[in-house]
Amino acid sequence: MAKMTMVQAINLALQQEMTKDDRVVLLGEDIGRDGGVFRVTDGLIDRFGPQRVVDTPLAESAIVGMAIGMAVYGLHPVCEIQFSGFAYHTFHQLESHAARLRWRSQGRLSVPMVMRAPYGGGVRALEHHSESREAYWAHTPGLKTVIPSGPRNARALLAAAIRDPDPVIFYEAKGLYRAFREEVPEEEETLPIGRPQIVREGTDLTLIAYGAMVRPAMEAADLLQTEDGVETEVIDLLTLSPLDEALLLQSVTKTGRAVVIHEAPRSFGPGAEIVSRLMEGAFYHLEAPIARVTGYDLIIPLFSRERWYLPNARRIVDAARRTLSL
Amino acid sequence: MPRHDIEVADRLEYLSILDEDGRLDQPLEPQLSDDELKALYRAMLLGRRFDERMLDLQRQGRIGTFPPIKGQEASQIGAVFNLRPEDWFVPAFRETAAEIWRGRPLDSFLLYFNGYNEGAILPDHHKDLPIAIPVGSQVLHAAGLAWAASYRRTDEVVMTFFGDGATSQGDFHEGLNMAAVYQLPLIAVCQNNQWAISVPVEKQTHTPTLAQKAHAYGMPGIRVDGNDVLAVYAAAKEAVERARSGGGPTLIECVTYRLMMHTTADDPRRYRSEEEVDQWQRRDPIPRFAKYLLGKGTVGEALLEDIGNQVMQEIQAAVERAEERMKELGDPLDMFDHLYAEMPSSLRTQRSELERDVAAGDKEVSHG
Repeated sequence: MAKMTMVQAINLALQQEMTKDDRVVLLGEDIGRDGGVFRVTDGLIDRFGPQRVVDTPLAESAIVGMAIGMAVYGLHPVCEIQFSGFAYHTFHQLESHAARLRWRSQGRLSVPMVMRAPYGGGVRALEHHSESREAYWAHTPGLKTVIPSGPRNARALLAAAIRDPDPVIFYEAKGLYRAFREEVPEEEETLPIGRPQIVREGTDLTLIAYGAMVRPAMEAADLLQTEDGVETEVIDLLTLSPLDEALLLQSVTKTGRAVVIHEAPRSFGPGAEIVSRLMEGAFYHLEAPIARVTGYDLIIPLFSRERWYLPNARRIVDAARRTLSL
Repeated sequence: MPRHDIEVADRLEYLSILDEDGRLDQPLEPQLSDDELKALYRAMLLGRRFDERMLDLQRQGRIGTFPPIKGQEASQIGAVFNLRPEDWFVPAFRETAAEIWRGRPLDSFLLYFNGYNEGAILPDHHKDLPIAIPVGSQVLHAAGLAWAASYRRTDEVVMTFFGDGATSQGDFHEGLNMAAVYQLPLIAVCQNNQWAISVPVEKQTHTPTLAQKAHAYGMPGIRVDGNDVLAVYAAAKEAVERARSGGGPTLIECVTYRLMMHTTADDPRRYRSEEEVDQWQRRDPIPRFAKYLLGKGTVGEALLEDIGNQVMQEIQAAVERAEERMKELGDPLDMFDHLYAEMPSSLRTQRSELERDVAAGDKEVSHG
């Protein structure tokens, strides 16, 4: 085991999948000699050559559109979009084609591709570099949307995404890229797509988060324990779509209270779907309305005000206390 | 004759007036007054010195990430010098010198790049758009402005800027096609600075020039030495006159070089050689223009020094103004302003939530 940042762990997943499967090719802007703007693909061009680590012209729609063709041919392309704020160009190709070729061809064609993109705030970035728009992808039938929360699960989920027979949107919280290190095993490891995890057990309240929001949720759980003596369960979704609600229902059936956290804007955000599932499946076990702690329905402001936009442990604790008081 | 040649426009000019050493191709010399020449020099120098100052401030942690322009001043100033205030200017994000020429206050850059949305506010009545970071997207807005300007039967023109990387984006091709189909008063200025982050222009396109893309859309294209302010000026002047008189759009490719990093978050040593940078350093647009002005007698050494001092004072005053202003800005509740003409009630509710959080002090924030 080695201690790795999320950047290194993702690099390891790419490296291992490329080593064992020559169908895996990478496409993206500056992913070759530059190693990607976040250095996620650092060294891969030296190891696998420019045929498999393809520095493309600057055209996001072309990257994803070409990947669709490559995937239909039988390759497993992994696209890097430099920032998710530039992924809107790819929307047409993903929505109109990647997501529905299997269905349109009644199972004859498939698009086993991955689109990786850094998302979210917290790194003092320029405009268009901090958005959290995973709901767009999660809303598209036919796509899978996976969002890891740390080095180890990023590596395992990316390996699974690359092997997945369907198109996967893989959102990487850029605020986590170098935020902390974790033990990541050298031997291959995957995690199933579509399965959330309990990352802290508790009996009084359930916090549901994913990506960069798992850490403030864990911190809030600590605060609630030390300050209020509340035993909080924390669930890391890991996959947004398809959303498997079984674990969520089980947890909320036990605790009767839940707070859903995401940095994406609130309205029509992932929280709305999660809360609906809980209402449908655990209504009679609920002791209080389910709360949401989210980004506001705004464009994330430039970085001088960003910390006021992003959910944090204190906001989560406040919401939890309101829920617990009912 | 089932198989024969088809005549298509394939004429492409390259224009250079002032060479690397400041030597002039006399017959091509544009007719500019001494005041105009001095204004060109001052605008380029102001862009350069301000860029250098921003880099210092960034390295000191006093502003955030920004994209330096060093080396590209002539491509910008030579082109926008031809615009009237009532014309439209639609930048990408590496046109600081041109933006300043158009009247964007220096302090607004410092606010913007230090994370204050207020830095994107342009002075009232300015017919410019704020910078466009998503590469190439602004070309279509420029085409739309140009369409509206002709719909209103004005003689306004629209000038948009983008880089070599943008020419790979669909938006660029779509914008040029629209402009040509409707014969819009658009001047599309490509600052071909050789590198789109780490991708050299040879890997961006298979064509030997970017200017020739114009022919695919049926508009004139011209390639100029983008480090020669006189050549850029002359090419843009023709294009502006053509557009203003109803002659349709033009694509101008300015061959220049990004002497610094893509943004301050980039490390160009990873992908290009010092030798290459040195080579382009010798083609710096500013010393060659200074040499020309001195040779012509438009300015003397004393005046050049004087302009240099004025520019530095202007920058220093802007830095001080910006730093004062930043002390007043930053009220988090301001982020709710201006999303819609009228704030929806749901957003007013969210605003009160934030107000409550702010009032609570939020001292224990550890994320974000």
